[in-house]
Amino acid sequence: MQIECPFCGKRDAHEFAYLGDATVARPDPAVPDAARAFYEYVYLRDNPAGSHRELWYHSAGCHSWLVVTRDTRTHAIETIAQVGAR
Amino acid sequence: MQYSAFSLLKNALTGHRYWKPAWREAQPRDRYDVVIVGGGGHGLATAYYLAKNHGITNVAVVEKGYIGSGNVGRNTTIVRSNYLLPGNVPFYEWSMKLWEGLERDINYNAMVSQRGVLNLCHSDAQRDAFARRGNAMRLHGVDSELLEKEQVRKIAPYLNFDDARFPIQGGLLQPRGGTVRHDAVAWGYARAGDRRGVDIIQNCEVTGFRIDNGKILGVETSRGFIGASKVGMAVAGNASRVAGMAGMRLPIESHVLQAFVSEGIKPLIDTVITFGAGHFYISQSDKGGLVFGGDIDGYNSYAQRGNLPTVEDVCEGGMALMPMIGRVRMLRQWGGIMDMSMDGSPIIDRTPVDGLYLNAGWCYGGFKATPASGWCFAHLIARDEPHAVAAAYRLDRFATGHVIDEKGQGAQPNLH
Ligand SMILES: Cc1cc2nc3c(=O)[nH]c(=O)nc-3n(C[C@H](O)[C@H](O)[C@H](O)COP(=O)(O)OP(=O)(O)OC[C@H]3O[C@@H](n4cnc5c(N)ncnc54)[C@H](O)[C@@H]3O)c2cc1C
Ligand SMILES: [Zn+2]
Repeated sequence: MQIECPFCGKRDAHEFAYLGDATVARPDPAVPDAARAFYEYVYLRDNPAGSHRELWYHSAGCHSWLVVTRDTRTHAIETIAQVGAR
Repeated sequence: MQYSAFSLLKNALTGHRYWKPAWREAQPRDRYDVVIVGGGGHGLATAYYLAKNHGITNVAVVEKGYIGSGNVGRNTTIVRSNYLLPGNVPFYEWSMKLWEGLERDINYNAMVSQRGVLNLCHSDAQRDAFARRGNAMRLHGVDSELLEKEQVRKIAPYLNFDDARFPIQGGLLQPRGGTVRHDAVAWGYARAGDRRGVDIIQNCEVTGFRIDNGKILGVETSRGFIGASKVGMAVAGNASRVAGMAGMRLPIESHVLQAFVSEGIKPLIDTVITFGAGHFYISQSDKGGLVFGGDIDGYNSYAQRGNLPTVEDVCEGGMALMPMIGRVRMLRQWGGIMDMSMDGSPIIDRTPVDGLYLNAGWCYGGFKATPASGWCFAHLIARDEPHAVAAAYRLDRFATGHVIDEKGQGAQPNLH
């Protein structure tokens, strides 16, 4: 598997570290059911068989955080963007 | 047919022409008392113990492929009970005890081989951690021995003791650990369940659950609806997909783990050696192949095959530990999909749906758990209460903070 970093180009997956699901969002600790919201944020995942938005870190390269959309059934990468980029 | 030396001799004399299939080719019936989804080791063991321990014989195991096509037929066959935490040790030790009596119990040669499991350590800190784990095991009545370097050398003189980064300082040995022929476990439980009336239905995929008013009514399958009073899910790497059909989100990610086998060579390794610091472990099958592996690839996957960086990483670990391995050719390599839980420990529990039960989260270590998992899941399904040795494997432990995190890695499945 190769990942095409927007800054460094196509690189071996070995250069990247994987964090996981990019769709979960840290909840507001002030909401009334914060305990429940944090439990879901920290522990529960959709874990889809198919298209998955996920976070990769180019640790042996430019140190960018990337959002990669990848098919978990084939490992084929659909899109790659820097975190925060629109 | 009861297998014995006599039956073997009799069939040998008639040219092995009269062996019967080990289990019936069952067709789905309209309803069962219990349907188990997933014909891996855990599902088959559950069905067997439902029949044997609880007298519930109107049971079907529904498998989407064929028996043994999942992780039970893909693992590296290592069994051990060398855990640290109180939620884990009694469970895995119960599994070890069941392995020790399994072949007699199910009348099947599963090649249970207690050749020992040796974990290597390379620093004072790691030795301290091993001493702690070994003591925790002994407090639970599990065998463990802390070995000095020279004792390790006696067991495995061919290891590279003076590696610059990871010199071998000693090890933790569980003499009762070892290997078990994985396919034979699936076939043996399938046959033993079948003999007690369990229907094993292959090529039948569960595609949904029929639930009414929060109660399970049965499963929708590729071969029609099957009614059931109770349904147990034991689908390993597909746990999120199957539980998702019942509206659940699980604390699980699916990841791919690869394994490797070399060409057959003469007897070399008579134990199981793990080089945790180098992400490598190895044993030798009775056919002579070196069976080895390392870490999971580390990203979500349902592909049942991994990528080359991990192959390279595992081979580098092997070369660092025993350089002579470089002379051996690799024969095959494959992958299986692990149900990696958020704390690295399994779940055996009820679900919010009445009559629907969950068995999942086995990570890369569920083969050793097969007998106890089946035993405890059957207990839960039959009596609606957890078995004592599996009582910590609750689904709500992530919400209540009672996680069982052997490695202390936190909610990061690819690090467990
Ligand atoms: C490479 C590798 C090495 C490993 N090494 C070890 C080891 O040395 N020691 C150890 O203890 N563990 C090891 N493991 C882990 C161990 O194999 C698993 O944890 C364990 O086998 C999982 O339980 P199982 O046998 O029930 O799973 P499986 O055999 O995967 O059974 C699950 C079954 O469910 C079926 N299924 C899925 N979805 C559906 C559906 N919708 N309808 C019907 N059926 C369905 C699947 O087809 C499958 O047959 C290893 C795993 C791998 C992949
Ligand atoms: Zn980069």
